[in-house]
Amino acid sequence: MKELFRMFWAFFRIGGLTFGGGYAMLPMLQKEVVEKFGWATEEELMDYYAIGQCTPGIIAVNTATFIGYKKRGVPGAIFATAGVVFPSLVIITIIAAFIQNFAHIVYVQQAFAGIRVAVCMLILNAVIKLWKSGVKNIVGICIFAAAFLLTALLGISPIYLVIASALFGIFWGRAAEKKQNRNPKREEDKK
Amino acid sequence: MKILLALFYEFFKAGLFAVGGGLATLPFLYDIAARYDWLPVEMMPDMIAVSESTPGPIGINMATYAGFNAYGVLGGIVATCSLVLPSVIIIILISKFLNRFNENPLVKNAFTGLRPAVTGLIAAAGWQVFSLSILEFSLYEQTKSLLFLIDWKALGLFIILWVTERKFKGHPLFYIAGAAAAGILLGF
Repeated sequence: MKELFRMFWAFFRIGGLTFGGGYAMLPMLQKEVVEKFGWATEEELMDYYAIGQCTPGIIAVNTATFIGYKKRGVPGAIFATAGVVFPSLVIITIIAAFIQNFAHIVYVQQAFAGIRVAVCMLILNAVIKLWKSGVKNIVGICIFAAAFLLTALLGISPIYLVIASALFGIFWGRAAEKKQNRNPKREEDKK
Repeated sequence: MKILLALFYEFFKAGLFAVGGGLATLPFLYDIAARYDWLPVEMMPDMIAVSESTPGPIGINMATYAGFNAYGVLGGIVATCSLVLPSVIIIILISKFLNRFNENPLVKNAFTGLRPAVTGLIAAAGWQVFSLSILEFSLYEQTKSLLFLIDWKALGLFIILWVTERKFKGHPLFYIAGAAAAGILLGF
């Protein structure tokens, strides 16, 4: 029980002290999980993190669940995850309540009109970063364009696009492998 | 009660299908906003700004914010827990049954399709914010002049922010605070 609370508290600090999640969280995870408590080795942490990136959901939550589960089973998973989420829940609730109460003030409205422009810039940068790491060829560009147009213009649910693009990736990969395998086979047939 | 159930169902789905971390949850929130009136589209940029400039994972912050605005403290808790629940289940299953999940060829292939799609989805969400903050469709409808389609003050601020970020990097919080000050000083 003691270790469960220690886990909650460690992940509470990780959630409460890192801005932005994702990669920003990694140094903090290394310090708390690997160096301070020894719940995982450096390699294990990187593995969890890599898996956390290719499973659905928030990467930080996935990593926390992983470490908690490996160390303490289902209760560990729940305590670690609750720890990561808790600071956000408190901080955001307070801020959202504040904004609700002050939204009618002109200065607050003007500030948020300015902030919206900054948000555009932040999203554009996120898209550029993702583009550099994920869109590698003409097929990638087509998928990007299809996903963009179908949601922006037709309002198709992202769920269908996520499923469709994953299936497309699987079949496209299969087809590419078959193509590669076909050439050596033909040579065998000739013999 | 009906809103709480909808929050649970919608955020559970978002948690189940949002792949790629960070802003990957955003397209799902826009999708929810298009279908329910308890999540106004106009609120989304404020939500993104707050989520990017406070500690904690962005996806969690956005869920808490959206849930709180829909149904108070309880709504925030329900939205956040629902977003997290699929992750917890999936990760427990994976660590039980699949050892080298991320090296599985099927998973690798799926991601060659998923990455560009997620980029496109986030770009579409960005387009929504862009049209809300920098384009003036209502003025354009009235005047039918392309000159009035663009809010030039906002576009100027956008370019300044973007160039500064390209050059100096730095934390989002810095740009959000700067833009807020510019908004007040220039009377946006």
